[in-house]
Parts: sequence; structure tokens; C-alpha cells
Amino acid sequence: MKSLGNIRRSFAPWNDPSAKPYIAFENITKAFGSFIAVNDLTLHVFQREFFALLGASGCGKSTLLRMLAGFEQPTSGRILLDGQEMSGIPPYRRPVNMMFQSYALFPHMTVEKNIAFGLKQDGMAKSEIEDRVAQMLKLVKLEQFGKRKPHQLSGGQRQRVALARSIAKRPKVLLLDEPLGALDKKLREETQFELMDLQQELGLTFMVVTHDQEEAMTMADRIAIMDRGQVKQVATPAEVYEAPNSRFVADFIGSVTLFEGKVEKAEGNRIEIAGTDGFPIRAESAVAVTPGATVHYAIRPEKIRLTKARPADPSVNAAEGEIWDIAYLGDMTVFHVRLASGKVIKISQMNATREAEEPFGWDEQAWVSFPANAGIVLTS
Amino acid sequence: MNPLKWVTSRLVILVPYAWLLIFFLVPFFIVFKISLSTTAIQMPPYDPVFDGTGTWEKIKQLSFDNYVWLTEDPLYYRAYISSVIIAAVSTVLTLLVAYPVAYGMARAPSSIRPTLLMLVILPFWTSFLIRVYAWIGILKPEGLLSQLLISLGLISEPLQILNTNTAIFIGIVYSYLPFMVLPIYSALEKMDYSLVEAAEDLGCTPTGAFWKVTFPLSLPGVIAGCFLVFIPAVGEFVIPDLLGGSATLMIGKTLWNEFFSNRDWPVSSAVAVVLLLILVIPIVFFQNAQAKAEEAGR
Repeated sequence: MKSLGNIRRSFAPWNDPSAKPYIAFENITKAFGSFIAVNDLTLHVFQREFFALLGASGCGKSTLLRMLAGFEQPTSGRILLDGQEMSGIPPYRRPVNMMFQSYALFPHMTVEKNIAFGLKQDGMAKSEIEDRVAQMLKLVKLEQFGKRKPHQLSGGQRQRVALARSIAKRPKVLLLDEPLGALDKKLREETQFELMDLQQELGLTFMVVTHDQEEAMTMADRIAIMDRGQVKQVATPAEVYEAPNSRFVADFIGSVTLFEGKVEKAEGNRIEIAGTDGFPIRAESAVAVTPGATVHYAIRPEKIRLTKARPADPSVNAAEGEIWDIAYLGDMTVFHVRLASGKVIKISQMNATREAEEPFGWDEQAWVSFPANAGIVLTS
Repeated sequence: MNPLKWVTSRLVILVPYAWLLIFFLVPFFIVFKISLSTTAIQMPPYDPVFDGTGTWEKIKQLSFDNYVWLTEDPLYYRAYISSVIIAAVSTVLTLLVAYPVAYGMARAPSSIRPTLLMLVILPFWTSFLIRVYAWIGILKPEGLLSQLLISLGLISEPLQILNTNTAIFIGIVYSYLPFMVLPIYSALEKMDYSLVEAAEDLGCTPTGAFWKVTFPLSLPGVIAGCFLVFIPAVGEFVIPDLLGGSATLMIGKTLWNEFFSNRDWPVSSAVAVVLLLILVIPIVFFQNAQAKAEEAGR
């Protein structure tokens, strides 16, 4: 695999075998009665990392966060933070702070008092608290709102107060539970970038729980994709998108078309799959496969070409089908092409020019094609 | 706004006000008028009686003598002070019992909360009088409580609780408990539990989080509960009469005696008017607190 690393900055402690994890979940299991929320999970997060736990609701991601905060005790396994075992330490003595999904701002206190709350608990000097509160208000651009009560603020402002309150104590780790869930789309996008800048500026370790993959992809250095209490893959956003390790991850992140088939030939990493959809697929496999094995070939919609005629290059995979659905989204157009086998393939085309070179209409015959390395071979 | 709508919208406000006017203000003025009269051996037992004749002459007969009398006989102001003290102590005791109950109910699994609520309201299904009577059976020296404690070996002599202020406190706490539990429960139940978690997350011990977050946020419920207990407890008559002793002085009992034993309607009316004035002050505070709570709760 070429460098599908971190595109944002040269920061990749997870590739350094000598780097020590800052947060270590080791064989964590959490059961609520007969329901297993987290199942024998091991996960390492590094200092200054912006780490996202991504998964559908009920996958155990919030439980994991709450165990680190100390609100839930693991049924078995242990959590280490900066080398220190966390079990038995109550929430109020843990060097982590949480930004709650509901923000949990104290309604009977002003913005200033909310931010100062944690500092007062630490017995910080009054003048120091005032300085820190002013600094925090400035950081979240709410200098004018210090004397207001939470109910006098807008949703976005409340979100920023919650953020200021949770970072005021300079925690070792900031936990964010669906931090942007209550904001509307535009504000959410803006705030994503603000959060990233803030994390860079403060040099804190952020651990965010989200069900929004776009949010996770935008903000996080690495993403853990969770399903039913287990981690399916931990990787950079680019890796989970371009090199998912399973059908679940491929399907969970973004849009994908999966072709099933048996391996016919395997020469090094170049293999040929007898697809069940009526055309052979030449592929490059990162994992060793033996002829006869059933595999899946996963391909993203933007990596498939749609043409009126079969491409001249005989080495590309190609199949003919009928345009079944067209969705025009402005920046791009999504086509659903139905093959003779009944398989529907998703294709997206950037609308790079205002008028398409080869316009397609409903029910037209068209060819879908993709080179061998456009997709990924999955064995699980 | 069209005229019909205007009329109906005014009517909606008018109906309750008319109700209050007829059933509260008018009787109050009748009582007030009686308090300005003098006793007489006749039916009704006071003078003058307005019957449409010689009205002006009769108005001139009215006087505030009965109010002066209330200040002259120490019995009355002692009874007022004693009532306020007993009501205040009972209110604090009720709060101490009710808060944990309400807290437990609000933190209980939501599936059993309706049952718990029902259990709190359940005593109302039996007559108040009968329930207070039942306490005599429990508290009397040969009653259930003494018997139980003696059989457990905790005490050797029967308890002398009945006919003391302790019995009154027990009676008031028992009778008014739901009025304290319900508003506190409703305040606590509305509270987002993540606020407590947030406080703990920011370094508060569970006890600290209770006093800094949970209690202040339940304060509107506490205040409402305190007034709902204090106001009727001041004028309470049945409990001191049944459970209290002859030494217990409460204004409700004094009023009853003046009215039924002495047949002195004018003085008992004056007692009632003063009692009302004493209670108006906390009621105004209560209204203010409620308005503030609504403001904060927005």
C-alpha cells in the first residue's frame, strides 16, 4: 500500500512501534445484564491524537467513552491513562473531562460560573480562575456572553460554552460525546474545523464519539469503526475509505458496490475473479488468496467510469447495463446502473464542467468500467 | 381581532375571576363584617344584622373592638406564635422526610415511577380524619408503637407521645408528606441527570454535586412544597385537637373554641381575618418564588 497515511500533518505515532499509547483499553468487556455493550475490546490511542469512535447507535462507543470518564465500570479488562490504571478511580479524580451530548450546562449558573465550576473544585485561586475563564471565553469567542444564563444562548453558543467548560481544566484527554449532534448542518461543518484548530492549538488528546462518518472523517487522525461492542478497524480516514478490511467497514463508510465471486487465477497479487454478475473481474489483492476461494470485490462509486461504448483498453473490467436511476446533486451526479444479472451498481461523476461531455438519460444502455486497482479484494 | 373573539377571550379570564369573587371575596367580606360586630343572644348570634333597614345606623355600630381585644388577651398572640412555630418545625421535618423519598422516586427506573407516585397519593383515598384518628391508636401509651418498642426491648416504659407537640409533628408530617414529595419529585424528575455527571466530571464529589447542582435545581420544588405544608399547617385544627394535649396552643383550635364553645362569632371572625393576613405574607412570597422559578425554568 502506498502512503494512505495522514493527509493533514506528519503525525503518525501509531506507525511507530516504540511509541507508548496514552490511553489503552485492554480486553475491555462491559455487560448491562445480559446485554454485552462492549466485548473484549482492545484499543490504543496516542497523545495529541484526535481519535474518533464511529458506529451506529448501540454499538458501544458511548459506553467506552463513559468508562474512560469513570461513569461506568468495565465488567472485565483494564483502562490505562498515561500509564496509570483507572479502575477504582471515581470520575471526579480522573484527569479527563467530557463534553456531553446534551451539553449539561448548569442552568442556574451564568456562562462564567459554568466555565469556572471545575476550576473552583480544584481550589484554584480566585484571580487565576478569572483569568482562565476570560481566556476560555476568548477562545470560544463568547467574551460578551459571560454574564448570560445558558437558556439565553443559541444552540451554537451553548455548544461552545460546553466546550470551554470541558477544556478549562486542561484535561489530559477531552472526551466529546456527539459534540456537534445538536447543531444544524452548516454550523456543524464550521464547528468541525474550529474543533480541529482548537485541538492543534491546545495540544490536547481528543476522543470523540460520533455516528456521523463525515464528521469523523473530517476531524479525526484515526477512526475506530465499531459494531456490536467490537472494533472492526482502526485506521486513518483515508485508510478506512480506500482500504477497508472487511465488507462491514467498506459498506459502513461511504457508498460501495460489492461484487461476489470465486478466485479463478492468482499470480502474485494479480488475481482474476469469476464474478457472479456475468463478467470477470481482474483485481489486485493486498491479501494472499488461493484459487477457488470466495471473495468480494468492493469498489467506490467515484472510481467507476460510465461510457456509452466499451472502453478500448481490454485490461479494464467492463460490463454493460441499463441506466436505472439518476440523482443530480449539483456538485456530482449519482447513477444507478442495472446489469443483466439484476445487480445495481452505484457510480458517481463529478460535474467538473457545466455541461456533461457524454450526457446520459434514463433507461439508456451504458458501459461501466474500472481498472484492476480501482477496487479492493475483501476476504471477510 | 374580531369582536366575538375579543369577547370570548375576555370571558375565559372572567370566569375564574368571577368564581374567586363569589366564592372567596364575598365570604371574606361577610366574615370581616361579622368581626366588626358585637355578640348578641339571638340568631345569628351577633349584632347588627343587615336586613335592608336602617343600614346607615347599623354601619355606625360597627367597630374594631374585637381586634383590640385580640391584642389585649395574650392567649391569641400566643396561639398565633405557637401555630407559626409548630407549622415551621413541621415543615422542616416534612422536608427532611420528603426529600429523600422524592429523590428516590425520581431516580427509580421509569417503569416503576407511576406505581411509586400512586403509593404517595394512596393515603388520600381514605378520610383525613380517620387517618389522624388511627394515629391515636398507634401513639397512645398502650398503643402499637409502645407495644412494639417494648416487645423489641428498646424501651421499658410506655411512650408518652400522645397529647404532646411530638404527636402533632408526627401527625402533620404524616398528613402533609405528599404535598412536599410531589413538587420536589416533579422538580427532580425534570432534571437532566447528566448535569450531576458533568459536576462529577469537573471534580465534584457526589455529595458536592448534590449541594451544588441537584439541590439548587430542586429548590423551586422545595419552596413550593414548604408553602403547601406551612400554610395549611398554621391553621390546622384536626391534628392538634386529636393528637395534641390541652397545653398545645394552636390558632385553629382557638378559633374553633371561640366559634363553637363560646359562640362568639365576632371574635372568632376577627381571629380568622388576622390569620388570613398572617398567611397572605408567605403566600405572596410563594407566588413570587413560583414566578421566579418559571422564569428560570424557561
